[in-house]
Amino acid sequence: MDKLKPNEKMNIHAILKDLDTYVPHKRGWTWRNAGELKLRGFTYKEGSTSLKNYVPLPSANALDNIDPQPDCVVTAEIASGRFEDDIRRMRMAAYHGADHIMVIRTAGQSHFDGLIEGTPQGVGGIPITRKQLRAQRRALDLIEEEVGRPINYHSYVSGVAGPEIAVLFTEEGVNGAHQDPQYNILYRNINMVRSIVDAAESKKVMAYAGMLQIDGAHNANATARDAWKVMPELLVQHAINSVFSEKIGIKPENIALSTVPPAAAPSPDLKLNLPYAVALREFFDKYKMRAQMNTKYMDSSTREATVTHVLNLLISRLTSADIQSTITPDEGRNVPWHIYNIEALDTAKQALMGMDDLRGLLNLNKDGYLYQKKREIQERAILMMEEVIEMGGYFKAVEAGMFVDSGEYPERNGDGIQRDIDGGVGKNSTIKRDKDYMAPVTAHYGYNNVAQYDESAVDNPAKLIDGCTFEKPEKVQFIDELDESDNVCLRMEETEKYRNTNIIKPEVEWLGDGVVTVDLFFPVDVKVAAEAAIVTGKKMNLKDVEVIHKEVLHPSEGTRVQIKGKVQFDIDVTTLDIPEEIETMSEEEVYAYVKKNPLKVIAGTGGDDEHSVGIREVLDIKHGGVEKYGISYAYLGTSVPIEKFVDAAIEMDAQCIMMSTIISHDDVHYKNMEKLHNYAVEKGVRDKLVLIAGGTQVTPEIARKYKMDQGFGRGTKGIHIASFLVKQHQEMTGNEG
Amino acid sequence: MKERQDDYQKRRAHLKTMSDEELKAYFYELTDKIVDPLMELGEQYTSKSVERSVLLRMGFSSIESKRIVDALNEHNLLRKGAGHCVYRVSRDKNIPIRDAGHEIAEGKVIDYLMEVFSNNG
Repeated sequence: MDKLKPNEKMNIHAILKDLDTYVPHKRGWTWRNAGELKLRGFTYKEGSTSLKNYVPLPSANALDNIDPQPDCVVTAEIASGRFEDDIRRMRMAAYHGADHIMVIRTAGQSHFDGLIEGTPQGVGGIPITRKQLRAQRRALDLIEEEVGRPINYHSYVSGVAGPEIAVLFTEEGVNGAHQDPQYNILYRNINMVRSIVDAAESKKVMAYAGMLQIDGAHNANATARDAWKVMPELLVQHAINSVFSEKIGIKPENIALSTVPPAAAPSPDLKLNLPYAVALREFFDKYKMRAQMNTKYMDSSTREATVTHVLNLLISRLTSADIQSTITPDEGRNVPWHIYNIEALDTAKQALMGMDDLRGLLNLNKDGYLYQKKREIQERAILMMEEVIEMGGYFKAVEAGMFVDSGEYPERNGDGIQRDIDGGVGKNSTIKRDKDYMAPVTAHYGYNNVAQYDESAVDNPAKLIDGCTFEKPEKVQFIDELDESDNVCLRMEETEKYRNTNIIKPEVEWLGDGVVTVDLFFPVDVKVAAEAAIVTGKKMNLKDVEVIHKEVLHPSEGTRVQIKGKVQFDIDVTTLDIPEEIETMSEEEVYAYVKKNPLKVIAGTGGDDEHSVGIREVLDIKHGGVEKYGISYAYLGTSVPIEKFVDAAIEMDAQCIMMSTIISHDDVHYKNMEKLHNYAVEKGVRDKLVLIAGGTQVTPEIARKYKMDQGFGRGTKGIHIASFLVKQHQEMTGNEG
Repeated sequence: MKERQDDYQKRRAHLKTMSDEELKAYFYELTDKIVDPLMELGEQYTSKSVERSVLLRMGFSSIESKRIVDALNEHNLLRKGAGHCVYRVSRDKNIPIRDAGHEIAEGKVIDYLMEVFSNNG
């Protein structure tokens, strides 16, 4: 496939073509090239190499569009149910700084006994299949080249088909995965013996592939009633999975702890979360920290969620994060939308770089509350482990309901999750290996009697079959589709109208979904406001109107309501009147030119017109007008006679006239433009003057038609006019700058 | 578990005097004690999913792997290893690995395998 070009959309059809022969470029996890970063005179301590193609933070336009990247890998969790639409979102995410794309699995996949094939639609995630993985990996291989940074692709090795999924991931170039048997046992009720046996094989395969592993401990605080009370247990869960993994062969640098600051405001966020973060990083310093954001105390307010997440990022900078996860601020109300994935990434980028080198600026107290609380959490964790051993080990402790109890250990509330050793999905499904048990493949864990066939193959069992799929990818069997009524081809046919055509529709997650949000305020109480909002949506001709957020401003004075609904029309882009874009120079270039070649502007509102707001904004230094770039101006006021502009320009030796005008009846404004031109000709100065007309309804086309050099309409900034003036002046005088 | 009041102060008596380093070392000592029995389990046992993952690596599709493992499990042969059974049929009958797998899935060589493995294990 051809390289991606920033000004061209990705061709999803081409991604899906000839997938059966596509082999991913690489295996294993990639960290960022972290270190000191110098950009535009700033030195960042915790930075990494800039991207080739990117979208910077909005306000970067005042700083030469720099896009400083943090030292840690940044995650975007993307899974809308349609992997083909997610591919487009992955590209957008990469442009905003994501280099770890996590794919959430569809509901129910963890209880599926085997691999799913084809491309069925998912619910709350996507079915992970070979075809889906290969298509997304192929797309990411192209996207990483476009942005100039490797992208880690990630999903889950859990459920009752863990080992198969680990093999699939290795074959398809997946770089990271969640793997933690405790997650299976506690939250998916999969038999504990089976979970451990499967986990051992899965981890061995992941170790071979150099995959990064993330554990599942953070689910305990998402489940427990008061999340911060499980902090001691979190240390225990992290320890069990990390040490188990390391003993099987995963390198410590590929073992990441999934850690969430358990509490969120209005609780005293930092006082609860910081000691825990310190306790964890002290005990687990040889492993990596995957800093996840809090989802437990998340409601439908995207603003509130964003603040919680920024406080989480503060914890990351006060302690450490090797992988910074991002949670979309809309997760509390729907499956994440495009825009919120991007908002979450920008929040992380902005906060992390804004708090660059925080640990160089501040020291954490080594005594007092912070130390005592940290030590207490560690001791409580140790006491819990002592009791687990006393009970007869891990299985006995799970049977007794030791884990995810809402009491802060050693306090117990008797509400822990209890599992039976002979119970759960996949119970009694493990088999003891006989003495002649054998598996002729690479990365198989445990007892393997290869020697009975070939002594020389003991260290390389796959030698018996002349290499397995890990050495010979051509041996992998590719299944395309199994379900004729549920697959990507059918879904894409349905939305083909919107793919690379002139027809578009508003979208939040799927091509052509038509979903829009409307933000409303009603001067009534919340109940009435919610109903009024629904009716408003219907009167706006929206379909499937739903309230997604309500916020009381005052119990009786008013309520804010956000609704979503679907629009019932398409937009044909060929019918749009798209304003011409005027090329601008950089601020530095404009400054430099004006310094060498002083420029003066005569400005005012022409004819019989008293408006002055717009023109002041493009003139004054305070508003970022042309004055900011060293251009001086004389403001003649409102209702300026046309002749006066030219006479003043001659008198003051100005290079430019800026005439503001509004649309009026009988085309007076057009006539004024022509009049300005004619009078300048008459005075013999037209070729020495740049004539500009501006106003909310002026377009470049109209202005030029009526003999102006250029017209500027709504949204014009000082830089637009300044750079046009400089260019025009260069042309008129032959100055190079 | 039965409900229990927080008795942290009482229980921590033996930890109080440990330095931070000693505490950390003790934490990992306890972790080893919890994890080692789990390692042993992984070493000695297998499962249908483990066996299907072996067959995937041998070049079978997910559907083929499932059929082969189900056929072998029905005759209690997974204790020998699904990959082992496929390898053995391939070697003894001098047929390609994938053909050997298909023969097992179709139930054609189960009796042969039962006989081969009746003498040992």
